[in-house]
Amino acid sequence: MLVARDLTKQYRSGEHELTVLRDVNFSLPQGAFVAIVGPSGSGKTTLLGLLAGLDTPSSGTVLLDDADFSAMDEDARARLRGEKVGFVFQSFQLIPTLTALENVQVPLELRGDSGAEVRARELLRRVGLGDRMHHFPTQLSGGEQQRVAIARAFSNSPRILFADEPTGNLDSDTGGRIVELLESLNRESNSTVVLVTHDAALAARAQRIIRLSDGRVVSDNETERAA
Amino acid sequence: MSTNRWSRLPGLAWRESRTARRRLLLYMSSIALGVGALVAIDSFAANVTESVRDQSRALLGGDASLTSGERYTPRLVAVLDSLQSQGITQARSTNFASMALVPRSGGTRLVQVRAVSEGYPFYGKITSDPPAAWPNVQSGANAVVDPALLVSLDARIGDTVSIGLAKFVISGTLRNVPGEVGISATIGPRVYIPQRYLDETKLLVFGSRADYETLFKLPNGADQQRFASALRKAIVGQRARVRTVRDTEINLTQAIDQLRDFLGVVGLVALLLGGIGVASGVHAFVMRKIDTVAVLRCLGATSWQVLAIYVVQAAIMGLVGAVLGAVLGMIFQMLLPFALQDFLPVDVTVHLAPASVALGVLVGVWVALVFALRPLVAIRRVSPLQALRREADAVVLRLRRLDPLRVGVSLAIVASVLAIAVTRAGSLKRGVGFSVAILLAVGALWGSAVLLSSLARRVVRPRWPFVVRQGIASLYRPGNQTRAVVLSLGFGVFLMSTLYQVHHSLLATLDVKLSQAKANLVFFDVQQDQATGIDSIIRANGYTVEQQVPLVTMRIAAVNGRTAAQLQADTLTSADGKRTRRNGWPLRREYRSTYRDFSTASERIVEGKWFTLNDTTSLPEVSIDVAVAHELRLAIGDTITWNVQGVQVPTRVTSFREVNWARFEPNFFAVFETRALEHAPRQYVILAQVPGATAVAQVQRGVVKSYPNVSSIDLSLVQRTVMDVLGKVTMAIRFMALISLALGIPVLFSAVAATRRERLREGVLLKTLGATRRQIGRIMLAEYAVLGALGSLAGVALSFGGSWALTHWVFRVAFAPSIIPALLVALVMILLAVTIGLATGREVFRQTPMVALREA
Repeated sequence: MLVARDLTKQYRSGEHELTVLRDVNFSLPQGAFVAIVGPSGSGKTTLLGLLAGLDTPSSGTVLLDDADFSAMDEDARARLRGEKVGFVFQSFQLIPTLTALENVQVPLELRGDSGAEVRARELLRRVGLGDRMHHFPTQLSGGEQQRVAIARAFSNSPRILFADEPTGNLDSDTGGRIVELLESLNRESNSTVVLVTHDAALAARAQRIIRLSDGRVVSDNETERAA
Repeated sequence: MSTNRWSRLPGLAWRESRTARRRLLLYMSSIALGVGALVAIDSFAANVTESVRDQSRALLGGDASLTSGERYTPRLVAVLDSLQSQGITQARSTNFASMALVPRSGGTRLVQVRAVSEGYPFYGKITSDPPAAWPNVQSGANAVVDPALLVSLDARIGDTVSIGLAKFVISGTLRNVPGEVGISATIGPRVYIPQRYLDETKLLVFGSRADYETLFKLPNGADQQRFASALRKAIVGQRARVRTVRDTEINLTQAIDQLRDFLGVVGLVALLLGGIGVASGVHAFVMRKIDTVAVLRCLGATSWQVLAIYVVQAAIMGLVGAVLGAVLGMIFQMLLPFALQDFLPVDVTVHLAPASVALGVLVGVWVALVFALRPLVAIRRVSPLQALRREADAVVLRLRRLDPLRVGVSLAIVASVLAIAVTRAGSLKRGVGFSVAILLAVGALWGSAVLLSSLARRVVRPRWPFVVRQGIASLYRPGNQTRAVVLSLGFGVFLMSTLYQVHHSLLATLDVKLSQAKANLVFFDVQQDQATGIDSIIRANGYTVEQQVPLVTMRIAAVNGRTAAQLQADTLTSADGKRTRRNGWPLRREYRSTYRDFSTASERIVEGKWFTLNDTTSLPEVSIDVAVAHELRLAIGDTITWNVQGVQVPTRVTSFREVNWARFEPNFFAVFETRALEHAPRQYVILAQVPGATAVAQVQRGVVKSYPNVSSIDLSLVQRTVMDVLGKVTMAIRFMALISLALGIPVLFSAVAATRRERLREGVLLKTLGATRRQIGRIMLAEYAVLGALGSLAGVALSFGGSWALTHWVFRVAFAPSIIPALLVALVMILLAVTIGLATGREVFRQTPMVALREA
């Protein structure tokens, strides 16, 4: 459902032109749990930006359910994101002035959906925060904040979810639980999950690992899921 | 499932604004003062206009009035008599200046005498202390006087006061005279006496000036305008003026409108400065929201949705700020009558003027929104990538690229300024002129900011201390607020300093004039046979007579053989082909001229030559004031025949003079050779040098006792009064200066707050690199000191230019800059900038270097 075809991205930095991504090609089916791995500077954050439609490639295309991201303007991409994409960030990126419940409602409210609150309550209960709905992010622990972020990411029933170093700011126990949550939600909803990380152990939990180095895909293999 | 993408945004906007509301309100309150000023001025003007309408009959005293500067001619008297027989009641008032003397105390002073007949005034109650004094003034030789007069004459109720050769008993003091402006009493205290004793005073003799007024009371339902036009027709050719209540009303409301427009300019400037504050503050606000906006974009918000969310927040806060301003304005409106009481002819009843309040709020919200939009539209450009990766602010907003919407908003700002200026200034020309002036000032400040910050880069030397270099570097770093701070600071300084400079120049001019006057005691209305007597009185007291100036009254009979009547009937073709009548006033008016053979220091020959005194056979020469000469379209060599009390005196125009009318000396439109008028009936003006108030009083008493018709003015008293009034004006100016300062504060806050993110990042990085809090503090001090100095000095420089322009073109006085106050103003502003900068920078001290590590 997500196809990357000959993706290349170049940046102008001062006088030079940097090529961050070179000819990246792959295709992901619906419901897959994929990890994109690589050291820092390998271009994985850039790749994430392109796959999610946050940015446009210098050349090549990204197809999400056959819709060509690279051919749309920013607002069109935003609308498509609102319908089909969910995000989980390393630094949680919750809106600090909204409660947990209000944060989860945001994607649906942006679509003008009147059923936002009902869905949000449901999701918060699902992630185990039914009793913390009216807390502000500053009143929640790191793990709790990330769970709210996950609830938010699933609120619009996304076809694909991108997680950028979701456990980077958490200790290993909490991080483990977060990944378990992502995995169960992936099975329940059949959304594709793309995990971007430099943590090899975390990556090993995915069905498939795409390894990046210096802007190129160096390996793309299915792995056996840890039992 | 509803798919309207906008329906839920207002709710989201309101909730998202939770912690920012107070700060946003602070930024929006920049416009509160401007709105307050506008609401106060408009509401007050509305109140005064209403009071004028309500009390207009009392202001005139009758349904209509007839006034003349001369005794009524028999024809006029006949017209009035016939009106009387038609049942139109009349009341008379004769007003003139004279000396009043209280024999008991010896006090004497120049007063305004009002000799009134029975029934005066028909409308508007004059009240007195004791209350019975006024209603009974006609019962005998009574006088009701201004309370201040008792003080200056050292008199009491019951004392006798001499006016001319008549004696009156002071039966009471005036409490309230409707239609009179309170402050005029300080210039000439009023004395009301019954009309029938006027002749007894023997004061209105040859050459005296007085106003003769008749009030009419029309029967119920009579048409004022019809009466007035009929009366005007009946008295054509007579030198008298007819006025109705409506005319008075119109004159006054026009004056009020003009005052309102003038003061409105102040409000407008305040509003504009507030707008700049709003723009800066909202810019700071946008910077804080960058992360949130990026996340929203990731979650599916279009750039327009994001813009809408923050526009809603700004609009709500703008409304609150404007309403706050309106409340401020209403409080101000209630205080204004107290401050301006002495200058108004009516009692003003203060009440709410909803139209003014609504207009003020509307204009305030509009200005706040349109200025807020400028930084807000940049929000559309925030890339969702920002949520993944932290970039420098300027890059995030992609400000360098031209944004048509931003340009459109900038144009809307300029258009709004123009529109508001034109509607408030009352005329297109003035509105445009004002807008251009403002734009020039803004442009100059902006330009100097750009220039100076680019210079800063070049000027910095590696030898200088690190903290200084770092401070200066902040002037040109990306995302700097140099321009906004210089603009807001500079504008405030510009306003304050210009005020001080103009004030100083005006004072300096006045000082020079007063000190140049050698004589301080002026005697006028001196009859021909009294001159020597007064001269000896002055000398007997041991003082010098500086000048004895003869005064001859006359009219123009003919110019170059054409009579005045023929000249008035002439039509002229002006340069653009229009046919008009020449201005009749210079031909009809009475001239008070003098004769002498020498030229004085206050006049300068601009055309022709001064009198050649040898020739006694040709026509006598006359020198004319150049402005009057132009009005009469004279040329050197023309002949003017003057009607001097019935005698025709032909003369030849041999020079035009430019007269410095501002000097405290007798100046004349027409100066004749001595031989032309030395036998003409004349009066004298005698100027003497009499130092000290007691000496002046002594001489005045001596003269008044022997010559009760002669009036005198002590110029040093005039000077003191003028200085008093100027003192009040200075207070007002200091107040306005304080307001300018107060205006600057929220604006400055906003401007400084805008660089918060960069400052935090920098500070934290520096700390990681080992900088102590003290060093960081010094860097910030350097930065704000430089910014403050830049803004203030630019403002001061601009103010010198602006005040020069004002003194040169508007006030036409010499430009006398006052350097010390200007520098003081600049210093105060620099201190303000540093204080505000350090206060808002507290956060930098508190944040630990750990933050820098986390952000990797």
